[in-house]
Amino acid sequence: MSLNKEVEVLRDVPLFNKIDHTKLKLLAFTSENLTHQDGNFLFREGEPGDAAYIILKGKVSVFIETDKGPLEVAELKRGDVVGEISILCDVPRTASVKAIESVQTLKVTKDTFIHLLTEFPEIAIEIMRDLASRLNKTNIQLRAALTN
Amino acid sequence: MEKTLFGFIWRYSKRDQIILLVLTAISFPFLYLSLDLPKTIINKAIGGKDVPEEIFGMTVDQIDYLLILSGAFLALVFVNGGFKFYVNVFRGQLGERMLRRLRYSLLARVLRFPIPQFKRVSQGEVIQMVNSEVEPLGGFVGDSIALPAFQGGTLLTILIFMFVQDWMLGLAAIALYPIQGYIIPKLQWHVNQLGKARVRNVRVLAEKIGEAVSGIEEVHANDGARRILARFTERLGVIYDIRYEIFRRKFFIKFINNFIAQLTPFFFYSIGGYLVIKGDLTFGALVAILAAYKDLSAPWKELLTYYQRLADSRIKYDQVIEQFDPQGIWPENYQMAEIESDFNLAGDVSAGNLSILDEESQPIIEKLSFDIGKSEHIALTGPSSGGKDLATILIARLLAPDSGQIVVAGKQIGDLPEAATGRHMGYIGPNAFVFNATLRDNILQGAMHRPMSSEEELNEDLKNAQLSGNSLDDLGAEWLDYNAIGVASEERLKERLTELLQVVDLDGDVYSMGLRSTLDDSDDDRRLEQILIARQKFRERLDKSDISDFVESFDKEVFNSNASVAENLLFGTPKGDSFNLENIGTNTYVLEILQKVGLKDEFIRIGRDVASTMVELFADLPSDHEYFSQYSFISSEDLPEFQTLLARAERLGLENMSTEDSDRFLSLPFKLIPARHRLDLITEDIQKRILEARKLFAEEIGDELRDEIEFFESGYYNRYSSIQDNILFGKIALDKANAIGEVNHLITEIIDQENLRAVIINTGLDTQAGLAGSRLSQGQRQKLSIARALLRRPDHLILNDATSSLDSGSQTLVMSNLLSEMKGRNVTWALQRASLAEKFDRVLVLSGGQVVEDGSFKGLANKKDSAFNDLLREE
Repeated sequence: MSLNKEVEVLRDVPLFNKIDHTKLKLLAFTSENLTHQDGNFLFREGEPGDAAYIILKGKVSVFIETDKGPLEVAELKRGDVVGEISILCDVPRTASVKAIESVQTLKVTKDTFIHLLTEFPEIAIEIMRDLASRLNKTNIQLRAALTN
Repeated sequence: MEKTLFGFIWRYSKRDQIILLVLTAISFPFLYLSLDLPKTIINKAIGGKDVPEEIFGMTVDQIDYLLILSGAFLALVFVNGGFKFYVNVFRGQLGERMLRRLRYSLLARVLRFPIPQFKRVSQGEVIQMVNSEVEPLGGFVGDSIALPAFQGGTLLTILIFMFVQDWMLGLAAIALYPIQGYIIPKLQWHVNQLGKARVRNVRVLAEKIGEAVSGIEEVHANDGARRILARFTERLGVIYDIRYEIFRRKFFIKFINNFIAQLTPFFFYSIGGYLVIKGDLTFGALVAILAAYKDLSAPWKELLTYYQRLADSRIKYDQVIEQFDPQGIWPENYQMAEIESDFNLAGDVSAGNLSILDEESQPIIEKLSFDIGKSEHIALTGPSSGGKDLATILIARLLAPDSGQIVVAGKQIGDLPEAATGRHMGYIGPNAFVFNATLRDNILQGAMHRPMSSEEELNEDLKNAQLSGNSLDDLGAEWLDYNAIGVASEERLKERLTELLQVVDLDGDVYSMGLRSTLDDSDDDRRLEQILIARQKFRERLDKSDISDFVESFDKEVFNSNASVAENLLFGTPKGDSFNLENIGTNTYVLEILQKVGLKDEFIRIGRDVASTMVELFADLPSDHEYFSQYSFISSEDLPEFQTLLARAERLGLENMSTEDSDRFLSLPFKLIPARHRLDLITEDIQKRILEARKLFAEEIGDELRDEIEFFESGYYNRYSSIQDNILFGKIALDKANAIGEVNHLITEIIDQENLRAVIINTGLDTQAGLAGSRLSQGQRQKLSIARALLRRPDHLILNDATSSLDSGSQTLVMSNLLSEMKGRNVTWALQRASLAEKFDRVLVLSGGQVVEDGSFKGLANKKDSAFNDLLREE
């Protein structure tokens, strides 16, 4: 996938739609474009994390290990960002992510990601919004689990 | 070491000095003749008086006589010159020999300094003294006896000649000498004092320089550079003042000398002229005296200079000797004495009443006693100044106790030569030092104590060394003690080294270094063949797996999109600087090839596009942004220039730009790696033409440039690429997740399967460790030092906090490896952390320089209020 096509994909991502073309191109240029084979892990729960991934093509499954085996918590597709938690707060990966078909991603290193956030606070807000809604969802699930 | 300079000179160069004296004495009659002859020529031959009728049975007239005498004069000039030449060379050689001897004996003494002495004398000072301060001494030694004899004799000869001509003139010539002889030494004394001060101050400067270099990190980390510079300035100022004062005084002395020398001719002209006019002196004699006087000033000056040098050299010698004669210097025998071939130290260690005093004579260790069994593994623990580290240093005999003794295997180690302790014990301290050599040489040093063979006849170099009292050990001989290592052949030695690396947990690191190294020239074709097989197997395995596209192999006919344009074009490894990938865009041959396949204009166009992308992406970043060095093709300094160039290209069109301008774009495409940069600029058509260029590049390369590159050939080993690259023979795909990890994993598998691991470790051992081992981590240095001590299979292994820089996993592994390697032999290990003592047979707790507890780990740990328990708790 060429740089320009990657930028087109990025433009469609709600997170980035306010960012101008040049900056998206810089983001793409300073990131690696990777192909993950079907069934391969992008990363595993508990590993140290040094990058976030923007999915350009294909689907990935996000799951956590439980006593009863792996539990899928989300399925992500083109335009989604995954792996940002562990580079934002320096914790090991909180979940495992696996390609469920041939997947193409943009691997954004920690430095590049932080650079992006400091230069574009609107992205930071978007990410906050996303994380907050995930937290909210988790709370609801937790309450449901406790009342049962 | 001789206390005085002349003691040193006389002891080591008596014979040569006497030869010089004899030679000098023989030369004087000729000198006298050469002075006397001009008189005869002028008075007899030219003046025409007393021309003999025949010489050697031949009749001669006046002209013949003149020619014969002139010829004789010429012959004397030759003879005198010859003497001078021979004596000078002889003297010079003697001086150099004595300088060499002096330096060597100083260095030999440094090696015999008791170790605490090195706290008092800095490296900078020692270097300064051995290298520079003694240098003028060498020249002086050659001159010390012969020069005053020769110049004094010359002076005397000339004076005698003068007195023979006319005693009054003779007297006139030397009339002022007593005055000079009185004033000059007085003046000289001050200069000498200044000279002493200069030597002292230069030494301090050397020490300060050494300190700044060693402490460079602290200097920068504390922003201390300005203070250091101010300190240098102060010191240089002091030296300047002293030197200036010395010059001033020296030139004043010179002035006085010159003045007096010019005063004497005044007497000659007046008195001599008067005598000639009166007829008491022949004209010829006056001319001869004037000529002789001219010759007189040279030796007189030399003598005065000699006097100054003598004073100077004496000071230097005294000052240097003083520094190299510390209290408690080890006797020479300590280092040089050999031991019996069946000597060993396998046996119990028993220390009795050891005491060590500090600089203020306060005891650090007092009446320390302990016993260690022949094959016991002992852990020494205790608080950090409790004496456990000193105990190990004492056992290894790197420090002599102020009182008390250590007996090992029934022998007092204080009486043993270094050959005994340095070969049968192994000591590793916390600051493991690694020498600037290969890893292999660093380890092998552990069993290189003396040349194992010696030639009956000394070679030329060693004969010369002998004349200067230097070491007669041949550095080129075999030094490695195979017996001590316990291997019989070089092949077995390699295996042993690999084993040792495993013991100290360094095999993985050395293996990685080996993979990244190129094979040595001495490696035989069989090795290369093996690696080529590995290359083939690697590709086969890859093709059978589902990661076959993780490596894009080199193929002469195919463009490699994971390699840069430059690599695609060269299709080989540059050997020298001609095809250095960094500035390949300016290489004339490369540009010529581009022109031939019609790519030059394309490259300019692609370069323009690259430049325009770079300007677009990076122009509004601050110029010191890290992205520039990481990602940009154009540095932040060059960016504005490219902006201008782009604007110009826009306005004029590329083809109308000056070549100078458009060539700026030409070098940009070479760095493009299509798979990484994804700019879509290297289209299929361009790729095809780059392949044409690749072909042409190889075909038309001249003989001269042919040696600058090693082409990639599928069936051949590339000596200029690393082993890893040779197995890979391609590029790892940049766009496949986890490609590097998977590929490395596969390479390791293939290497193990092909039994290449040993070969690669062996290559890794040839890696240079760098200055003071700077290319290794502190942990690696410690491991290497342990391997060095283990190599000779010591009877006792003594470790003083020797694994402190290892991470804890590696530390535990190395410890248990070492203990099992040393099974049946003694290990004494001073540990920083008491909990590590668990695997040892016995634990000694040292506190306040005394053994306060002694027992098994369990016993001490279970005892409720033992000091050992405190140590465990404190961790």
